[in-house]
Amino acid sequence: MQHYLSLFIASVFVENMALAFFLGMCTFLAVSKKVSSAIGLGIAVVVVLVITVPVNNLLLTFLLKEGALSWTGISGAENIDLSFLGYLSYIGVIAAIVQILEMFLDKYVPALYNALGVFLPLITVNCAILGATLFMSERSYNFGESVVYGLGAGVGWALAITALAGIREKLKYSDVPASLQGLGITFITVGLMSLGFMSFSGIQL
Amino acid sequence: MSAPTPKGVLTTPIFKNNPIALQILGICSALAVTSSMSVSLVMSLAVIFVTAFSNLFVSLIRNHIPSSIRIIVQMTIIASLVIVVDQILKAYAYEMSKQLSVFVGLIITNCIVMGRAEGFAMTNTPGLSFLDGIGNGLGYGFILMTVGFVRELLGSGSVFGVTVLETVQNGGWYVPNGLLLLPPSAFFIIGLIIWVLRAVNPEQVEENEFQMKENTQPKEAV
Repeated sequence: MQHYLSLFIASVFVENMALAFFLGMCTFLAVSKKVSSAIGLGIAVVVVLVITVPVNNLLLTFLLKEGALSWTGISGAENIDLSFLGYLSYIGVIAAIVQILEMFLDKYVPALYNALGVFLPLITVNCAILGATLFMSERSYNFGESVVYGLGAGVGWALAITALAGIREKLKYSDVPASLQGLGITFITVGLMSLGFMSFSGIQL
Repeated sequence: MSAPTPKGVLTTPIFKNNPIALQILGICSALAVTSSMSVSLVMSLAVIFVTAFSNLFVSLIRNHIPSSIRIIVQMTIIASLVIVVDQILKAYAYEMSKQLSVFVGLIITNCIVMGRAEGFAMTNTPGLSFLDGIGNGLGYGFILMTVGFVRELLGSGSVFGVTVLETVQNGGWYVPNGLLLLPPSAFFIIGLIIWVLRAVNPEQVEENEFQMKENTQPKEAV
């Protein structure tokens, strides 16, 4: 239990997806103009991460890893190593899950669908989702750990985008040099936020 | 926009319409891999390769892709190319592939590749698309190399691992700036690059949504 808790804290703060690894930056900068839409996207990312990381974990354990096919009982299956197909299958799984989630929400939870609708297709190409899966496979997490890691990574990303949107809303009222307007000053703001999050990196869990 | 010319598609993305600085595409990987120049160079080459060939292949089959599944088709092409790059790196430059870790895989979700496939290759001929891919890859590489140059030179006093500024630890005179080795510095540098590019090309400046009202009561201001 304690192990899972520290993994969660570490993935939210110490290894924050957006501010320590800079994943999902495209959407991070594009959708952080308003707090309300930032929260919507943040929630969508959490939901998708919690589902995709464990599913990809199962895929890795039972299909792709070296010797993973030995459960089929076919002779010689334990020598098969399909891990080079990793990227292709992960991205396929992510795209499919996002698509299914969209249809499911549309049918059964229309309120949530209306809130998240526009953001869901954006998520397929969000590097944070694929990044979390790749980190999971690189660090060889087991199934339980991958659920916790997915949740933590999502929460951390949502936290970061909401904080940035809050700052940007206030930033509208400040007098920024003309050519630094918009994107330029946002970069510098994110740099300062990321510098703040560096202070978590000393925490030993 | 007028009809694209071969020279135009190759050169405009580098300065005028830079994918990172103006279109905000593909920043994800631009930041994490720039702490040394050799890593940035490998990453740039990988992105140029993937963008050019994904543009070429998507453009070749553009008239046969049903538009409802085009995203999946593009994804598959891009992912296959990235697998090729990854396997080559693992075979011939294992140390480098360890340093790049997950960022090679993340080329798949790099918005530049996807954006050019969707935005340019779907409507243009294969030859032009190929050049457009190279141009955009170069634009990306340009920013990456600039950031990598500043970070490595000022952060550890070397360029491509060759010492230029002798650091204090090695008995030299240069006190390295540790901040530039940390990831946040990449944000500052890209912010400054955008500032410079926009100061040179004022038409790129974004409109301010809220204009400050002129101070009408000078007495209170003082």
